[in-house]
Order: sequence, then structure tokens, then C-alpha cells
Amino acid sequence: MTELHHLGVAELAALLQTKQVSAVEVATRFLARTGGNPHNAFLDIDSEVTLAQARASDAKLANGSAGPLEGVPIAHKDVFVTKDLVTTAGSRMLNGYRSPFDATVVARLRQAGMVTLGKLNCDEFAMGSSNENSAFGPVTNPWNTAHVPGGSSGGSAAAVAARLTPAATGTDTGGSIRQPAAFCGITGIKPTYGRASRYGMVAYASSLDQAGPMAHSAEDCALLLSAMCGPDLDRDSTSLDVAAEDFSAGLGHSLKGLRVGVPQEFFGEGLAADVRSAIDASLAQLQAQGATLVPIALPRTELSIPVYYIIAPAEASSNLSRFDGVKFGHRAADFADLTDMYKKTRAEGFGQEVKRRIMTGAYVLSHGYYDAYYLQAQKIRRMIADDFQSAFAQCDVIAGPVAPTTAWKLGDKADDPVASYLADIFTLPASLAGLPCMSLPVGLGDGGMPVGLQLIGNYLQEAKLLNVAHQYQLATDHHKQQAGAAA
Amino acid sequence: MSAKLVQGYEVVIGFETHAQLSTQSKIFSRAPTAFGAEPNTQACAVDLALPGTLPVMNLGAVERAIELGLALGSHIAERSVFARKNYFYPDLPKGYQISQFEIPVVQGGEVAFMLGDEKKTVRLVRAHLEEDAGKSLHEDSSLGGGGQSGIDLNRAGTPLLEIVTEPDMRSSDEAVAYAKKLHEIVTWIGICDGNMQEGSFRCDANVSVRKPGAALGTRREIKNLNSFKFMQQAIDYEVRWQIEEIEDGREIQQATVLFNPDTGETRAMRTKEDAADYRYFPDPDLPPLVIGRDWVERVRAEMVELPWVMAARFCADYGLPEYDAATLTQSMAMAAYFEATAKACGQPKLASNWIMGEVSRRLNSGELAFAQLPVSSTQLAALIGRIADGTISNNAAKQVFDALWSDGDEVDAIIDAKGLRQMNDSSALEAIIDEVLAANAKNVEEFKAGNAKAFNALVGQAMKASKGKANPAQVNDMLKQKLG
Repeated sequence: MTELHHLGVAELAALLQTKQVSAVEVATRFLARTGGNPHNAFLDIDSEVTLAQARASDAKLANGSAGPLEGVPIAHKDVFVTKDLVTTAGSRMLNGYRSPFDATVVARLRQAGMVTLGKLNCDEFAMGSSNENSAFGPVTNPWNTAHVPGGSSGGSAAAVAARLTPAATGTDTGGSIRQPAAFCGITGIKPTYGRASRYGMVAYASSLDQAGPMAHSAEDCALLLSAMCGPDLDRDSTSLDVAAEDFSAGLGHSLKGLRVGVPQEFFGEGLAADVRSAIDASLAQLQAQGATLVPIALPRTELSIPVYYIIAPAEASSNLSRFDGVKFGHRAADFADLTDMYKKTRAEGFGQEVKRRIMTGAYVLSHGYYDAYYLQAQKIRRMIADDFQSAFAQCDVIAGPVAPTTAWKLGDKADDPVASYLADIFTLPASLAGLPCMSLPVGLGDGGMPVGLQLIGNYLQEAKLLNVAHQYQLATDHHKQQAGAAA
Repeated sequence: MSAKLVQGYEVVIGFETHAQLSTQSKIFSRAPTAFGAEPNTQACAVDLALPGTLPVMNLGAVERAIELGLALGSHIAERSVFARKNYFYPDLPKGYQISQFEIPVVQGGEVAFMLGDEKKTVRLVRAHLEEDAGKSLHEDSSLGGGGQSGIDLNRAGTPLLEIVTEPDMRSSDEAVAYAKKLHEIVTWIGICDGNMQEGSFRCDANVSVRKPGAALGTRREIKNLNSFKFMQQAIDYEVRWQIEEIEDGREIQQATVLFNPDTGETRAMRTKEDAADYRYFPDPDLPPLVIGRDWVERVRAEMVELPWVMAARFCADYGLPEYDAATLTQSMAMAAYFEATAKACGQPKLASNWIMGEVSRRLNSGELAFAQLPVSSTQLAALIGRIADGTISNNAAKQVFDALWSDGDEVDAIIDAKGLRQMNDSSALEAIIDEVLAANAKNVEEFKAGNAKAFNALVGQAMKASKGKANPAQVNDMLKQKLG
């Protein structure tokens, strides 16, 4: 039998349900893997909490009350609040913070039987695409530790790629699931905005934030997404009133006749040659499996960068106002008066990138600039969403690269925020439109670094995306390739 | 309309009223809204703005806003938008207040009321939903003290409807009459308990003065007026102050001021230069509030009869003068009491007289509310019935009413126990009158000499001799006949 830590969610669930392995055995193995905190992927682990949950799972497996994913471990990005583990959102501001409640997504995965393995490192308040913005140090890429894992769900991607956990949650605001999944050679999906509850996610940009699973395969993501999604109308007003769906049930469809839209704007000058060749090969593979490629246009792709970097910071500047030292989180030790307390607390508690976005956001919302920036950005955002609807008149799914390059080296873009904003170009449009989208590994580029293919679907068509990815993964083995550090 | 001028200046007043809506739970969370609980015992994770919490609209608050809009003939917006008003303050947990900015739920409408004999109308600009902040407790409070301030978040997230008028009022009297009418309406339709001491109904008055025909003057906003008395005092003081400033050659600076009831003065809190940039933008956590016609009609169907509708009906159905109908419909309890009494005794005008007279007088002197009235409408109706059928005099009725008030017995039993039945037997009355005439020859002479007062004295003597049981009208008639 393959070693436990190489198994995915579906395989582990099957072994657990048939009692070939116990939840405690599985938990113990993965806890052992996290020893020494490889790649700095975890921010909090409490083996007592994990083992207690595993024992409870074993009891349920024994008495027949087990959930579908009973005993399978999962680790959570640190923007999901948890009762039993510390939640920092990668920020000094929340160092040591414990929430009195679990995020809805965490609670739903627990309900399905999953065992919490720990909390995962990320860019501070999910702001970043390299995980270098964490107050608790960067995460390294298991394929080459000199490289970033991507971000902001960098800890999630690295932990899955390094087989420290079979699955992780992530959040995606402008690409924060897809890009690290691509950089670390794993599969991740961001559902339609509103599918997964945002209750209990430390908010970055409310109109964009969306939770999703990150795992070894589309099949695993389907299992996880089925457990995560569903209406949460009493807690999240933006939650969609759409019944939970069994995404695993839709994985068996052939790709014959599938129209795959290929946006020309995703294949311009900025796309690295190694990424392009891996993407081209993956598109050819889809064709070989019966799909037809349809050239489409997403003419406002470039505009998605300024639009996103106005709207997201605007919302963030307001969302992060609650971190003022009054009620919870960090408070400066010495201060002269209230204003001084605010200033020192926030100066000490927030990192550079967070401050940059708060200032950008406050600026674009301020009197006299609101119309020119925020309102204009909202108008273009609607046009971007309309562009997608025109595209979906011609195709079933859209495919293209997740990012222009593979994972860069640590420090390469640390001093140039704009360069790293520009690298978000292919993930931002679907985020702004609120569309479901995913990343799946399609081979290696230069230096053996993974390349991810992005699939974008129309609203609520997660099942279609997952089926395409699963069919691709049945015919190929890129998703089975392992990072050097995963052994 | 001729505006009343103060030292040659026209006074211009507009109002912003915060009415706390009478929901059981908060506007965006499920924490209770009850007043007076221990600090921070009525604040949940959402009210504390803990990371990961999100607002969810309390539909009860929306319904109350719709009710006000329907009562005041406003437009109920089919789509209104919640915005974030961003500023830092320790009692504002999220660092922003959720309010409605560009598109409020209630738009336009008017409040009509009487100012003396004159009918006045104040136009509304809008009424919008928003959440209240918490309270900062400084020195000498249960949480504060020792150089520190405490924060009580019980009030944070309490639903408010901010009702904004056009600058239509021209005197403090008119402003107070408007505020009283609005207070009457919100409590009548039940969307607000109207408790001004507890802050459930607080007014901000925007006051400016100008020479008649001139453009609007610069206004100063008097915040948080929580009694009608202070409202009048504050506006009067502010008007005098502004006129003095202008007369002394100084310009009025736009400012927010507070009224100090101890000194009777207003004082500037902050001026326009300190005005914060609130960086309003639509709250991405709350989708636009959509109110379909069917919802509005459902609310309309369940609404109580409005006071002016009821007053018109009282005039039509019971033949009451307008004044009576307007007075009786100042509160729902009074109107209901009137209607029950009138129906039971079949004497609506007498019922109206009694309620506006004796009943109100007794309630006022005891500082009681209608709900605490110890005399039931059935009892009052029985009493009025006995006046109408001539069993007792009006004066005797007051004694019966006193008895009902103190130990609430049955009307006829009280009349009998106190021996208050009127003397309707004319032969017995005649005997009494003959005795009175004989014993008061001096009065008779004076009357005959043309002194009308002497007649009243004879009536009084006759009433006294009958121990108040004689029917005064009958005594009058009989005396006139005898003195012929």
C-alpha cells in the first residue's frame, strides 16, 4: 500500500470508511509529517485538538454515524477563524487571537467528518501573491525551496504539495487559490461568489473573497467543495440561496463536443515561453479527448488590474478599520491619547503591503476621488462581467494560463509591488466577475517548476469545470507528479 | 404665509430625528435591544465586529421603515442601498457605521399638524435605516474611571430610522409642534417606543436665521435634543445667539453644537473645518435592499388606522367637532378608550367631554398614562348613561367618578350608597323652594330690585337644601316661575 501521506481525500475516505485504517493513524501520520514545520507552512498546530477529533471520528466510524469524509485530515488557511486554534490571518495584529466561533466552512467540513490538522500560513490578510507578506515569515515552495509558493494561500498550496496534509482550504480574492495551486502543482477551485459562506473568513475584499478547496486532484476538490458549499443566509447576506450540490456526481462526462474558449488576451507577450508550451500541450490534450478550441475575446483583461487594485483596497481599507486596538488583537503598549493609540497600534500591527492597500483604498474612496476611481472601477467591473457572458455564448468553459510565469524566486518581486500586481492579470478577471474558476497542474516549466491551467466556468457551473479537470486527470498524470520535498 | 420674525429676522429650522425602531433584536445581528442591561451583555460577536462576522438585515426594521413611509405618504424605494460611513471611534466597533447614503428606503412625504389654529405641513427629504453606535463611559462610570474609558456595546447595532425634513419650520413653536406630531405618529404606528429619556427618539435641529427674502443663512446643528422643553429652549437660545452675532458684524460658522440644560446655552462641539471625510461607499456585505410592491401592500394591510384617518371617522361617525376628534386621537390608548366608551353609552359628545375633561385632568395630576387608568370604559359609559337619563347631575357624576377612581365599584351602587340620585319629584322640590324663599326674604327683595346675583344665591340655597340632589335646571325653572 502507498504510504498514507501520499493518498488523496477520496482514497483516505475509502480506507477509513472500510476501516482499513483508523482516523487516529491517519492523523498521527500527518502530524508527524508536520514536525519541524517544513516550508514554514503551518502557523498553528495542536496535536491534542487533532487527535481528539480523530478519536471522535473513529467512534463515529465504529458506530455507523460517520460523515462522508470522516477522519480525513484537512488544514485551514489562517483567515478562517477557529475556536480550537489560533487565527492570525498572517498578521501581527491578530497574534494569538482565538475566535469564539468556527467559520461556516470549517464547521461544514467538521460536519462532514474531517479532522482539523492545523492552521496554514498566508500573506497577511490574504494580501499578496508570494506568501512573503506573512508576519510569520515566508513559505517556501516544495518544488524548489528557493522559490515562492505563490499566494496568498501559499501555506495551503505548499502543505498539500509537500504531503503535509491531503487537503487544505484556501481563499481566493484575486487569484489566491489558483495561483499558489499552479505554483505548487496541485489542484484548487474557487467556486462562484456566494457559493461558500464568508462567515468566519477574516475579510479582505468582501465583494471578491471566496473560499475553496486545494488538494491533489479534481476528484478530491469535488468531494471537498460539496461539503463546503451551501446557503448560509442567516450569517452571510451575500450567500447564494442555492442548494448544496454533489459535485462528485458530475465527474463522469466525456469531453466530446465540449467547446473550450481560449482568450487571445491570455496568450500575449507577457506569457513566459515555458508556461505557454505547457498550456498549449494541455489544450491539445483536451482536443485529443474530444473538445474543440474556440478563440474568444476578453478585451478588458488588462483593465482588470487597475480595477481590482482600486476595488479590493477600497473594501480592505474599511474592513480593516476594526483592528484599532480597542476590542481585540494587538494594542500598542504606550500611547499618549486615543489618536496616538490608533496610530501606534496600526503602525505596529500591520505590515507594509497591508498599509499600502489601506492607504490606496482610503485614497480612492475619499471625497473628490470616489467618482474618478471607485465608481469608474465598478463600471468597468460590470463590463468585464459582461465580456464573460458574451464569451460564454460561444463556449462552455474558458481555458488559459493561471499566471504568466512559474513561481519566482523568494525576494524577486518583494521590492516591486507593481510587478507582482501585474502578475495577477489572468486570475483577476474571473474574480471581478464572481465566476467559478480553477487551476490544475499541466506539467513542468523551466527549472522543473509546475505550470497550472486555469479553467473558468459560467455562474454555478463548478461541476462542469471539475468534470473537465477530472477527465484531463484521468488521461494524464501531471497531478500525480510530486515535488522533490514531498517524499 | 407670514413668518413670525424675531428682531426682523426669519428663523429657518430643519430636523433630523433618530427614532429607535421597536424591534426585539438589532438591525444586523440577533442580539437583543432591551434598554438598561449590564454593559456589554447585549452585544454578540457581530456587534463586537469580531473577525469573520457579517451583517444580516433584520426585516422587522425594514417593515417599520415602510410603515413610516406609508403613514407619511412617502415613496418607498424599491431598491435602496446600505453604505459604510467610515470613521474611527472606540464605541464604533467596525470602524464604520452601516447607514443609507445615496439611496434611502423612504423618500419624500410630509408631516401635517396644527400650530394653534393654523395648519402646517413640513416636508420630509428622506428617512433612512442605520445602526446606532455603542456608548463611551468616561470617568465615574461602572466601566470607566481611573483615567480610563469604558465601552458599552449594548446599544451598538440598535436599529435607527433617521428622519430628515426640509428646512420648512419658521419658529421654535413650529419646530416643537412638528417634533410632537412626529413623536405621536411613530408611537401611534408602533415603530418606536418614543421614550425620549432613554434616547429612543432624539432630535437634531438645524437652525439658521436670515432677513426675509434673503438666501438661507449658515446653519448650526443642535445635536441630541431629548425633550420638547429643551428643544424649545435650545432653539430660542440659538436664534438669539445667531442674531446677536450677525448684528455684531460676525459671520455664522457652520458648526455642530450641544445644548446645556443647566446653563440654557448652546456651545459648539466641532466646526466645519474638522468635518471628517467619511469615505462613504456601498457596503459590499449587504446586497441592495429590494422591497417589492407586494411587501409594501402586506405591510399596509397590517397597519393600524392612522390618527388623522381615525379623527375624520370620529367626526363622521360620532358627530364630534374636529377639535375633539384631533384631541382624542393624540394617542392610540385615548382613542380606543373614547371609542369603547362612546359605543357603550351611545353618547359620543358626552364621552368626549368627559375624556378630554375629567379623565385627562385626573391622569395629568397623577402623571399617569392611559394604560394605568383605573376606570374602565364600561364604567365610564355607565356613568355617562346615568347623566344622560337624568339620574344624577354632572356634579354628582364627578363624585361617582372619584369613587370609581379610588376603589372602582359599580356605578349604580355608588349612586345609591352616596344617595346621589337627582330629585326628579317636583312636589318635593317645590316644598324645598318655598322654604328657601321664605327663609331668604332679603335675597328675594334684592332680586326683585334688579340684582341678578341674588338669583344665583337662591339657586345655591335650594341646591344645598336638597343636598345636591335637585336638578339645577329644574330649580332654575321653578324659581323663575315663583319669582315671576
